[in-house]
Amino acid sequence: MSQDGPGRNQAGQDQAGIVIAGAGHAGGSVVAFLRQYGWKGRITLVGEEPLLPYQRPPLSKAWLKREATADNLALRPARFYEQQRIETRLGTRVTAIDRAAREVHLADGGTLPYDRLVLATGASPRRLGLPGAEMSGVLALRSAADADALAAVLEPGRRLAIIGGGYIGLEVAASARALGAEAVVIEREARVLARVAGTDLSAMIEARHRAEGVEVLLDAAVEGIEGEAGAAQAVRLRDGRRIACDAVLVGIGAMPNEALAVECGLEAGGGITVDLAARTSDPLIYAIGDCTRRPLPLYGREARLESVPNAIEQAKQAAADICGRPPPVPEVPWFWSDQYDLRLQIAGLAFDPAEAVLRGSPEDGSFAVFHLAADHRVLAVEAVNAPADFMAGRILVAKARQVAPGLLHDSAVPLKELAI
Amino acid sequence: MPQVTYIEHDGTEHRIALEAGKSVMQGAVDNAIPGIDADCGGECACATCHVYVDEAWLAQCGTPGEQEASMLSFAATAAPNSRLSCQITMSPALDGLIVRMPEAQH
Repeated sequence: MSQDGPGRNQAGQDQAGIVIAGAGHAGGSVVAFLRQYGWKGRITLVGEEPLLPYQRPPLSKAWLKREATADNLALRPARFYEQQRIETRLGTRVTAIDRAAREVHLADGGTLPYDRLVLATGASPRRLGLPGAEMSGVLALRSAADADALAAVLEPGRRLAIIGGGYIGLEVAASARALGAEAVVIEREARVLARVAGTDLSAMIEARHRAEGVEVLLDAAVEGIEGEAGAAQAVRLRDGRRIACDAVLVGIGAMPNEALAVECGLEAGGGITVDLAARTSDPLIYAIGDCTRRPLPLYGREARLESVPNAIEQAKQAAADICGRPPPVPEVPWFWSDQYDLRLQIAGLAFDPAEAVLRGSPEDGSFAVFHLAADHRVLAVEAVNAPADFMAGRILVAKARQVAPGLLHDSAVPLKELAI
Repeated sequence: MPQVTYIEHDGTEHRIALEAGKSVMQGAVDNAIPGIDADCGGECACATCHVYVDEAWLAQCGTPGEQEASMLSFAATAAPNSRLSCQITMSPALDGLIVRMPEAQH
């Protein structure tokens, strides 16, 4: 492809435009916001997968259960990119950034000049790093291709061993049961969702999975994968137990894809360092989504957030800054997960919580847990089939509202009055 | 194909053709119409695709489900004709639908 886009020399304006490295949810969103916010110049979206940007959340749910089509999965139809004059370079990736020359090198041998570069490189599944982890049948879930490989083994009579009781593992366990397959969740910690949820929520989710026929093994350290002829047949635990299976899903977290940034000298470490305008340490380079470590103004610290809402928020920040618009209002981080008929919605992050307040009843399947700081400031809410509590919690967190635990606990007190 | 008109908060109108079966939210996203964020992709989980349905079309759009009504009750700018546009599915009966966008989704 020519580097001389139409009008490159027009009115002395450099028309190298904006290059986006990574065509996931973050990359797919920032191109749309750039046009929406008035960027008229060239936009080139570089994606390693052969597909236009698509939604990853359904991969462990509707897509796995074959309830979604490729059309449903796509963020936007192909004609969107034509109509919005967004050039796509799929099936290749950025291999190096030359900051001095303001250009990126591509795996297919090409180079692209940039006026602004947006890194939206995402994260990669953390690898098991144990004997047998390279066998066939040991799967991860990040891409549509990963999901297709997983779907192929989820049939009645087949047994899936899932290493890691986090969101991915539990959502896949629920989908496996819906498809008639057996599922065993192997969790290293004493409870599922140990890294991301409070103990009440963990207990309720675990009980529900057990009731659905999922075997849940806690405090279970994996020794390695065993098999024959290079194909996985069992997970061996350190205590000697052998969990027979037809395939293994490894869902033990993800690592930020920050090598490109590190190699060209950008500040990084546990994610590419960005500010609230998604700017890296190079003013011409932005980073958004799972690959970043970002400030959390509500909490006075930095963290890496792996979520679609975060990808969209940072896409807005970058697009606004590039287009000279005022920055968007900081949002409360939030997450959701669907398992069986449970809708989990989590708003805020429970850093150093002093108290957890239960509202509603886990036995009835609808409840929320509010996490409060020592001064009763609402830090986070975890809601299960309780959308109103989630919405109220999101507002309470945004306003850093202090609320007496007794009021939150009392279902007779309308949260709306506390929140608005 | 049935038509939908989206009216931005500043009065800008967008008229598009939207095939039956697609949501009013998806129509906005697919056609680069600003004002609908749709963070959750149509799962009724985020309330960022809030619209006001033109009074003449309220009945044809049906009533919000329990989850949707709960989420909407906390939207700062909710009105009796508020809906989450991911929960309105396009059909021939909705040909000519008019929806208006709030000033902001948050």
